[in-house]
Amino acid sequence: MTDWPILSTVTFLPLVGAFLILLIRDDSEAARRNIRAVALLTTAFTFIVSIFIWTGFDYNNPGFQMVEQANWIGGGISYHMGVDGISMLFVILTTFLMPISILASWESIQTRVKAYMIAFLILETLMIGVFCALDLVLFYVFFEGGLIPMFIIIGVWGGKRRVYASFKFFLYTLLGSVLMLLAIMAMYWDAGTTDIPTLLAHKFPAGMQTWLWLAFFASFAVKMPMWPVHTWLPDAHVEAPTAGSVILAAILLKMGGYGFLRFSLPMFPDASLYFQPLVFALSVIAIIYTSLVALMQEDMKKLIAYSSVAHMGYVTMGIFAMNAQGIQGSLFQMLSHGLVSGALFLCVGVVYDRMHTREIAAYGGLVNNMPKYAVAFLIFTMANVGLPGTSGFVGEFLTLIGAFRANTWVALFAASGVILSAAYALWLYRKVIFGALTKDSLKGLLDMSPREKAIIYPLVVLTIFFGIYPAAVFDVTAASVQSLISNITASLDAAHAVAAN
Amino acid sequence: MYQAIVFLPLLGFLIAGLFGNAIGAKASEYITSGFLVICAVLSWVAFFSVGLGTTEAFTIPLLRFIDVGTLQSDWALRVDTLTVVMLVVVNTVSALVHIYSIGYMHHDPSRPRFFAYLSLFTFAMLMLVTSDNLVQMFFGWEGVGLASYLLIGFWYKKPSANAAAIKAFVVNRVGDFGFILGIAGVFVLFGSVNFDSIFATAASYVPHEGVAESTAAVFNFLGHELDRASALTVICLLLFMGAMGKSAQVPLHTWLPDAMEGPTPVSALIHAATMVTAGVFMLARLSPIFELSHTALVCVTFIGAITAFFAATVGLVQNDIKRVIAYSTCSQLGYMFVALGMGFYSAAIFHLFTHAFFKALLFLGSGSVIHAVSDEQDMRKMGGLKKLIPVTYWMMVIGTLALTGVGIPGTIIGTAGFFSKDAIVEGAFAGIGHNAMAGFAFTLLVIGAVFTSFYSWRLIFMTFHGKPRATADVMHHVHESPPVMLVPLFILAVGALMAGVVFHDQFIGEGYSEFWKAALYVLPENHILHEVHNVPLWVKLSPFVAMIIGFVTAYQFYIRSPETPKYLAAQHRGLYAFLLNKWYFDELYDFLFVRTAKKLGRFLWKKGDGAVIDGFGPDGVSAWVVDVTNRVVKLQTGYLYHYAFVMLIGVAALVTWMMLGSSF
Repeated sequence: MTDWPILSTVTFLPLVGAFLILLIRDDSEAARRNIRAVALLTTAFTFIVSIFIWTGFDYNNPGFQMVEQANWIGGGISYHMGVDGISMLFVILTTFLMPISILASWESIQTRVKAYMIAFLILETLMIGVFCALDLVLFYVFFEGGLIPMFIIIGVWGGKRRVYASFKFFLYTLLGSVLMLLAIMAMYWDAGTTDIPTLLAHKFPAGMQTWLWLAFFASFAVKMPMWPVHTWLPDAHVEAPTAGSVILAAILLKMGGYGFLRFSLPMFPDASLYFQPLVFALSVIAIIYTSLVALMQEDMKKLIAYSSVAHMGYVTMGIFAMNAQGIQGSLFQMLSHGLVSGALFLCVGVVYDRMHTREIAAYGGLVNNMPKYAVAFLIFTMANVGLPGTSGFVGEFLTLIGAFRANTWVALFAASGVILSAAYALWLYRKVIFGALTKDSLKGLLDMSPREKAIIYPLVVLTIFFGIYPAAVFDVTAASVQSLISNITASLDAAHAVAAN
Repeated sequence: MYQAIVFLPLLGFLIAGLFGNAIGAKASEYITSGFLVICAVLSWVAFFSVGLGTTEAFTIPLLRFIDVGTLQSDWALRVDTLTVVMLVVVNTVSALVHIYSIGYMHHDPSRPRFFAYLSLFTFAMLMLVTSDNLVQMFFGWEGVGLASYLLIGFWYKKPSANAAAIKAFVVNRVGDFGFILGIAGVFVLFGSVNFDSIFATAASYVPHEGVAESTAAVFNFLGHELDRASALTVICLLLFMGAMGKSAQVPLHTWLPDAMEGPTPVSALIHAATMVTAGVFMLARLSPIFELSHTALVCVTFIGAITAFFAATVGLVQNDIKRVIAYSTCSQLGYMFVALGMGFYSAAIFHLFTHAFFKALLFLGSGSVIHAVSDEQDMRKMGGLKKLIPVTYWMMVIGTLALTGVGIPGTIIGTAGFFSKDAIVEGAFAGIGHNAMAGFAFTLLVIGAVFTSFYSWRLIFMTFHGKPRATADVMHHVHESPPVMLVPLFILAVGALMAGVVFHDQFIGEGYSEFWKAALYVLPENHILHEVHNVPLWVKLSPFVAMIIGFVTAYQFYIRSPETPKYLAAQHRGLYAFLLNKWYFDELYDFLFVRTAKKLGRFLWKKGDGAVIDGFGPDGVSAWVVDVTNRVVKLQTGYLYHYAFVMLIGVAALVTWMMLGSSF
C-alpha cells in the first residue's frame, strides 16, 4: 500500500467517472438512468477507496502522510500531495457526502442530467484536490477550479433568481481569490518555492506577513463566509439545487477554515496574532448578527444559510483563539457542520421535492403524516442548536472554551449564540413540523421513500455517533494540531525575543 | 448494577421509540415501566449500601468523551451518597409515573412515543446525577431539557403546547449561557472539569490560620484582573445562572407555569420531582467551590428567598389547579436555594428528597382529579368532589399536609415537610450574622409558609368541598381513577408521610457524617448543622404558626364565607391583577427581549444585509458598472468623425507622454 498513490487515485477517480458519462448519449430515460448509476457508483467507489486513507493513517505522526511528489512546472513548483490530521478528515467528508448528493439529485434533476453529473464529479476531484494539495499553485488551481462547476450548478439547475445568485457567488469569491494569487506570487518571490511543507518552515518577514495575511484573509473570509462578506451565501443557497446546497455548506465553506489553518496561522503567525482582535470581532458579530437575522427568515433554506454563517463564526473564533481547545473545536465544528447543515439542506430538499416551495408558512403539521421525517429533522435541528449528545455540541463547546481562554469578552458574546440558535431553530421546527395538519396541499404527503431514508439515516447515525464519541475525530487531529500550536508558539516567542532585543 | 440503573431506561427508550409501533402500545408500556421498576429497586439497594451502609464513594469509567489538550472528560458514573439519594428520587418517582401513565394516557393514540420520552428523560436525568465531570453533567442537563421540550409539546397539535415547549427550552438556554461560561471558567481556573481534580484544587484554596489569602491575579474576566476569591465568585455566579434556569428561579422562572401544558404525569415527574431540582443538585454537588465564595452564597440566598416569596404570592390567586401546584414547586425550590445559600446543603437535599414525594403526589392527585372531571383544569368549575372521588381526596390531603409541614413541634411526629421545610426556615434564622441575606430570607420564608398553607388548602377546598360548580353532565361522569393510577399515589403518600420521620436523622441529624461521608463539603467554620438546633423556641414555632394562619384563612375564605375572596379581589383590583398576571413578567420579557430581538433581526436583515452590505457591495457595484457602461454606450454614436477625433486625441496624448517620459 505504501507505494500506491492513494491520494491521486481518490482525487482523480471521479474524473474517470465523468469521462465514462461523457461517452453515454443523453437522449433517453434509459441513458439518464445509466448516467445516474455511473455517477453513483463512481462516487461510492471513491468513498470506499478513501476509507483506506483513514485506515492507513498514522495517528501519532503530526506531519504529512501518503506524500506523492512529481515534477510539474519546475522552478520549485511541483505536483505535491499529502494529508495530515488537519486535512485528512475533510477528504473523507467530501467522498462521503458525494454519493449522498448524487442520490439527492436522483429525481429532482430531470434536465441535462449528463452535464449535471459531470459537473458534480469534476467538482469532487477539485474539492479533494484542495485538501490534498501540498503546493500553493496546485492548491490555487483546485481552489479556484472548484468555483466553475459550482457556478454552473447554481446557474443552470438553480431556482428563479439563479443567475443573480451565481454571479454574486462567483464575483465575491473571485475577488477574494485574486488577492490570494498576488500573495502567492509574493511568497514565491520571497521563498523561491510554492512547496507548502517548505513554506511552513520558511519565516516571512513581519512586515510582509501583514500583507500576505490580509490577502489570504480576503479569500478565506469570503469562502467561510465571515461577516460582512457573507451575503452571497443566503442567495446562493436559496437558488442552488439541494445537492448544490449540501456541497456548498458542507465542503466549500470549509475551505476557508482549512485555509486559515493551513496557511494563515502557521505561515504568518505574527500577523495572525496581530489581527486576532479583528477576527474575534468579526466572528462575534457574525454569531449575533446572523442569528438575529435567521430569526426573521421566511424561507427555510435562507434560515439554514444564515445559521451556517453563525456557526462558521464559532469556527473562525476557535481557530484564532490559537489554543488546543479552540483549534480542535473548530476542526470538529467544521466536520460536524458538514454533516449537520448538509443534512438540514437534504431535509429541506425532501419537502421541496414534494411541494416545490421553501416558504416556511406553506408548511405546518408535517409530523402527522411524516413521522420518520420529523424525527430525523428533530435530530438535525438539535445538532444545529448544539445539544450535547449530537456532534453540534462538541465543536461549539470547545471553541467557546478556547475563546474563553483567549478573551472572556469574546466568549461572553459568542455564548449568546447558544440562546439565539435555540430560538430560530426551534421556531423553524415548530412552524414546519408541529401543529395540526390544516393545509389541504400537505395532506397527501408521504413519509420518506427508501431512497431518502438511505441518504438521511447515515447522517443521523453519524451525528449522534460523533456527539457521543468525538474521540474518533480528535485521535486523527490531535497530533497535527499540537504540532501546529507548538510551531506558532515557537515563532511567536522568537518574534518576542527579537522585539525585546 | 449502576450501569443497569442508568442504561435500562435508555434501552427502554430505544425499544419504545424505534419499535413502539411494531410491538404495540401495551408492550411499550410494560417494557419501559418494567425497566423503571427494576431501576427503582436497584436504586434503593444502592441507597442502602452507599448511603446507609459503609461502601465508599467510587467512579465507574465508561468511555472516552471530549479529550482535547488538557481538557479531559470521560463518560463515567460517580457514585456517592448524593448520587444515590438522587437515584432513589429519580427512579422511584419515574417508575411510579410510568405506571400511573398507563392509566392516565389510556386513551392517547401515541402512547409508545410518550413512554419513550419518559424513559429518555429518566436516562438523561440519571446521566446528570451520576456525572463525574461538568461536561457530562451538561449533557444530562441538556438531555433533560430536550425531554422536557418534547413532553411539554407532546400534544403537538395545540399551539399553546408548542409555544410553552419552545419557551421552556429557550429560557433554559439563557441559564445555560451562564452554565457553559461557568464551565469554561472552572476549566481556566482549576485546569480541569473533573470533580475530583476541581475539589482537590479547591481544598488547597481553603484559607488556613495565619496564612494570608492570596491576592495575586489568577483570572482575567472582561478586562478585570481577578484574584482567587473574586474569580471563584464569578464562576459560581455563572454556574448558578444555569441552576436558576433549570430550577425556575426568578427571573428565569417564566417557563415553569407554562410547562403545565404537558400531560400531568410529565408535570409530576419533570416539573416537580426531578428535573427542576437539578439546579439544587448542581450546587450541592459543587459545594466544595460554592462554599469558598461567600458572595455567591449570599446571592443564592437572595434569589431563593425572592423566588420562594414571589411564587407563593402568585400561587394565592391562580385558578388552574396545575398552575397552583407549579407555583408551589417554584416556591419550594426557592426554599431549597435558601438552604444552599446558608451552606446548609444537606437540608436542601433533604427537602428535595421529601418534596419529590409530596409534590409528585399532589401532581398525580391533581391528574386524577382532572381525569375525573373530563379534563377540566379550572378550579372554579370544580367543587364538591370529595364524596365522588374519596381516595384521590385523601391522597391530596396527605400531600397538602406534607407540603404545609404539619407536625407536632418538639416531637418527631410529623409529615415529610415538617422536617425538611422547618429545617430550612430554622437554618435561615441560624444563618443571621453569617450571611447578610439570612434575616431577609427568614422573614420571606415564614411569610411564604403562610401563603403555602393558604394556597394549598384553597386548592383542596375549591376542588373538593362546597357545592359542585361543574355542569351536571360532567358531574355525572365523575369517577374514581383505576388502581393502576391509585397504587402509585399510595406509595407516594407513604413517602410523603414517613420520609421525614425515617430519614431526618441521616440527612440533617446525628447520622449526618456517617450518611453523607464526603459527598457534601462545608468549611470548618460552617457550624450551621449545630446552630440549627439552638435557635429560639419562637423560631421553631414560627413555621407551625404560619401553617395554622394559612389554614384558618383558607378555611374562612373558601368554606365559611366564600364571598370574601371575591370581595377582596374587587376591593384591591390592582393588586389582584398584579398577582393574577404573575407580576407581569411575561409581558415585560415580551416587550424587552422578544420584540426587540425580532425588530433587530428584521432591521439587520433588510437594512444591514440588504441596504448597506449589498447596497454598497455587489448590488451597488454592479449598478454602478451598468451605469458607467450605459454612458460609454452613449459615446458609440456611429459617426466616423467622432471616432476619428477621439483617436486623434488619444494618439496626441500618447505621443506627448512618450516624449515627456523620455526626457526625464
